Amino acid sequence: MADEVVLLDFWPSPFGMRLRIALAEKGVKYEYKEEDLRNKSPLLLQSNPVHKKIPVLIHNGKAVCESVIALQYIDEVWTNKPLLPSDPYLRSQAKFWADFVDKKIYDLGRKTWTSKGDDQEAAKKEFIDCVKLLEVELGDKPFFGGETLGFVDVALVPFYSWFSVYEKFGNFSIEPECPKFIAWVKRCLEKESVSKSVPDQDKVCDFVVEMRKKLGIE
Amino acid sequence: MGEEVKLFGVWGSPFSRRVEMALKLKGVEYEYFEEDLQNKSDLLLKYNPVHKKIPVLLHKGKPIAESAVILEYIDETWKGFPLLPKDPYQRATARFWARFVEEKCMPALFNCTVAEDRKKAVEEAHETLKLLENELKDKKFFGGEDIGFVDIIADFIGGYWLRDIQEIVGLELLTKEKFPKLCEWSDEFVNHAAIKECLPPRDKLIAFFRTRFGAKP
Repeated sequence: MADEVVLLDFWPSPFGMRLRIALAEKGVKYEYKEEDLRNKSPLLLQSNPVHKKIPVLIHNGKAVCESVIALQYIDEVWTNKPLLPSDPYLRSQAKFWADFVDKKIYDLGRKTWTSKGDDQEAAKKEFIDCVKLLEVELGDKPFFGGETLGFVDVALVPFYSWFSVYEKFGNFSIEPECPKFIAWVKRCLEKESVSKSVPDQDKVCDFVVEMRKKLGIE
Repeated sequence: MGEEVKLFGVWGSPFSRRVEMALKLKGVEYEYFEEDLQNKSDLLLKYNPVHKKIPVLLHKGKPIAESAVILEYIDETWKGFPLLPKDPYQRATARFWARFVEEKCMPALFNCTVAEDRKKAVEEAHETLKLLENELKDKKFFGGEDIGFVDIIADFIGGYWLRDIQEIVGLELLTKEKFPKLCEWSDEFVNHAAIKECLPPRDKLIAFFRTRFGAKP
């Protein structure tokens, strides 16, 4: 019996991008369904009644919600090209850093362009500090997963598509402070699974500009 | 030859107690170090430089931080008494509810103790508890017949922390009228042979909360 895989997603979502990358890495065929977040589909509301959020991975009718949880699910079901290492200690470190990305990079990144004044300055500084911490964790490895893309790479690289949003509205520049990070991003983008899953920065930036106009900001 | 397991924690913290519960359920011996959060030890800062928080588990000299990450590590390293189910979909479900407890329930419950609009905060907390009650259904524990991953992560709710705080602050959060199943579950939780040995001393906890929140008039 063939596997039926559906991904409920929203193209600019870094959380959705994570799952696109993982499914592509493992060569899993799936149906991509774009959600209109102002008009959520009955399928989305039924599949994720608790949070009503994307992404949702639906595998043979069963819904898996929360991107980091869905990444682990994908890794456990499709065991080729493992994202997590087999050693329990290394697995724990990968999960720790994925948790760090969730707790820090997303929230701080968002604050760099949505907050103002002192809050914004503090967010920008903390954001850069966090990216630098990730650079230290990466070390001399080509990827966080070692020689190939791993759990942390997949969890983190999607946020790069939002960097020009942070930089434009936050009025700062990330590459001069974090060249190693950008070099790592470029290596990730050489992989087809990543380049096909992560939209161009300009496309995301245009989307945000449009959204701000619609919301009447500036 | 014993494997060196050390735990840096704080006696009253549900986060470090979670790790103790997991180790106890699996029969793993460990050395415990009590941290003073006002004066963190050099070792803690060395082993968790990123967050500088407890709990930190040290196994064969290697540190692991973040209680949910530690729990999964413990589950993968010591095979007796599995905390997470084997089936990937059931594992995803357990992880989902654990995350829900951490990211929705607990902040909503804490918020009740500080929010200006207490009525609204309590309503929001009740909404999260309702979802948890529905997930529990008629199971004895979230893990089924015995304690599992979600039960341990929900220790703040199942253990004495919530019931003592709500009594001291004067809040009606986890009540039998609204949440009969969760109340029954929390009784099972605190009476579980292994769990009861891992709960902080209740009188000490109550005294701490009275100081922290002020006694109810």
